[in-house]
Amino acid sequence: MVLAIQGRHGPVIHALSACAVQRGIAWGARVVDVQAIHPDLHVEQADPQGDVALLDRVAQWARRWCPWTVRDGTSGIVMDVTGAAHLFGGERAMLRDMAVRFRMQGLSARLALAPTRGAARMLARHGAGQVICGPQDLEVALAPLPVAALRLEEDTVRLLTRLGLKTLGALMQVPRVALMRRFDRLAGDINPLVLLDRALGRQSDPLNAPAEVPRWLVRARLAEPVIDPVPHLDALASDLCAQLARAERGARRLRLTIYRVDGEWRSRDVALAQASRDPAHLLRLLSGKTEGIDPGFGFDLLTLEALAVEPLALHQDRLDGQRDAGRDVAALLDRLAARLGPGKVTWSNWVESHLPERVEAQVPALGSIMREAPVLMRERPLRLLVQPEEIAVLYAVPEGPPARFRWRRVAYLTARHEGPERIAPEWWRDRPGTRLRDYYKVEVTDGRRFWLFREGILGDGRGGDPHWFLHGIFP
Amino acid sequence: MPPDSPLGQVIALSDKHLIQPVAAPGKAGAADAAVLRDVLAGGPFDAAVTGFVLAALPDSTDPVLWVSDRMARRENGQLYGPALRGFGVRAPILRVEVNHPRDVLWTMEEAAGCAGLSAVVGEIHGAPEVLSFTATKRLALRAEAAKVPIWLIRSGDHGALSAARERWRLHSLPSARHLWNPQAPGDPRWEADLFRARGRAPGVWEASCDPRAAGRADRLCLVPRSGDGPMAQDHGAAAQFAGG
Repeated sequence: MVLAIQGRHGPVIHALSACAVQRGIAWGARVVDVQAIHPDLHVEQADPQGDVALLDRVAQWARRWCPWTVRDGTSGIVMDVTGAAHLFGGERAMLRDMAVRFRMQGLSARLALAPTRGAARMLARHGAGQVICGPQDLEVALAPLPVAALRLEEDTVRLLTRLGLKTLGALMQVPRVALMRRFDRLAGDINPLVLLDRALGRQSDPLNAPAEVPRWLVRARLAEPVIDPVPHLDALASDLCAQLARAERGARRLRLTIYRVDGEWRSRDVALAQASRDPAHLLRLLSGKTEGIDPGFGFDLLTLEALAVEPLALHQDRLDGQRDAGRDVAALLDRLAARLGPGKVTWSNWVESHLPERVEAQVPALGSIMREAPVLMRERPLRLLVQPEEIAVLYAVPEGPPARFRWRRVAYLTARHEGPERIAPEWWRDRPGTRLRDYYKVEVTDGRRFWLFREGILGDGRGGDPHWFLHGIFP
Repeated sequence: MPPDSPLGQVIALSDKHLIQPVAAPGKAGAADAAVLRDVLAGGPFDAAVTGFVLAALPDSTDPVLWVSDRMARRENGQLYGPALRGFGVRAPILRVEVNHPRDVLWTMEEAAGCAGLSAVVGEIHGAPEVLSFTATKRLALRAEAAKVPIWLIRSGDHGALSAARERWRLHSLPSARHLWNPQAPGDPRWEADLFRARGRAPGVWEASCDPRAAGRADRLCLVPRSGDGPMAQDHGAAAQFAGG
């Protein structure tokens, strides 16, 4: 079986099983070629992101041996076991423990222990397996490894191979000055001299392990199995909220899990619209969820975990007992933007323009402040159509708006009108040839008031007969 | 003294001759200000609803949340911000533009709990499934719990079931006479029909809004419509002039 990944010219082999290796399939070969030779080959799509996520979790799990543990590239874990080996009965015993535990997880691991991080990495990938290398025999152990073990770029490897430097031993023999002069343009993490120095311990290569992800988890262990989780929820919720309060956080998502005596577990999730660490609130949410949970023959362990937390600082209410109104609005903005998308929640921004549709622009309310509306000299409609809609003129009069017109399949009879208000195109912004607009406020017989405009005038040399549009609706 | 008008001299009637304007809805001070109110558009493309709601908004500088679904924006156009100052609205408008009525209802429910808003206005076109009696009941309870007035503008809907505490239906009426130009439409007039209300009597009013009264509490003026239409209209005009 092989795993395939999309290459430059179709799928290529990304990973192989032991059986595939035995049959002589090479890493990086094209899948179609290999399938021609081995028709019974089983090909699956690789999932690099999933691999990395799994490796991250395994790296967290590997902190059972030492705290400084970090994922190395896409296929390794580096652990700084300085001062940790004696807890497991020495280095050899610890390596054995690691091998056993990885095998118990169903993972095959190649282990190496070396004084430096680079050396351990190379020995694990290219060494004989389960190598323990002391500080004295570091150079001896590294000497037979290929230069590619340094994790150089392909060009560099090719260059070194052409120069006859195929092993690290050969590279170590070359005077430093020559290497330095040859590779002085390469950055530190792909420079063979720097990498070699790091592997040999001549240059420091510290390990930067990410901080442990805190888990907001409280447990209730029960002396004997029970059926009903409700009496224990109160204590769980207050414990969790106390934890969250110490870290100034609030929970956004909760999971209640019961571990049943028959080895099964059941869980219920609760989501919160707003970060909270109010035990009563959490309790209210949780108690609605416990009915459908199947306790089986009872359970003896309950956990309550906050899956997602958000910063939630303490906030003092005002002395008169009123809550801060602006803060409420900010919190509301957060919630609306989180659910609907930041572009949907907007303040108005004002643009200096004569054209009605350009005056107002919407800006996302998160990260901008509201601005005072301008005072317009002219009356404007309360509602503006998204696009001006063309109306059919049924009965035109020489001056003024049409006496009868049809808009959206309804005919209207003009009773009164006011206008025109001429708005010329903005020559510094509009395309040449844009026509001017004459706006009229028109009241039809049943009392509705519309804002019509005629685009252009007859004989302005910018098109044929002017058209009429409806642009807004007055109250 | 009332100013001269094209109608000639205006006789200032004493209060007992005038039909008293009814307290406008949604005013601060009223105990039941923060309730859910439905406003139905009497006809298609009628902006009377928008004008009525804007005129009835509490006069405050706290923002108003205005949420609309896609159909409402497409049918009736979108709220035009530059006109609001001229209409006497000082509150900045926080615009939420969503596609589905479901999101409108969700946003209104979220916003109803926010004390920093002066009002919440939602626009839904048509009578979608999600705008059920239960949904409006939830909104109504929210509004009363949170003390934020909620207005629900329903266009293209002929009075589906709703739990709103007040239900209005708005028509545009021919506008008032323009002060200087008899050919031009003047200040807007609407027929406001309160056809269902809790705690007050339903009725039909002729509503008008004085845009020049920005900052005053009684921007919206409701004058009862008697059976005698033109007479009531005259009373309304007289009240306007006497007040203005």
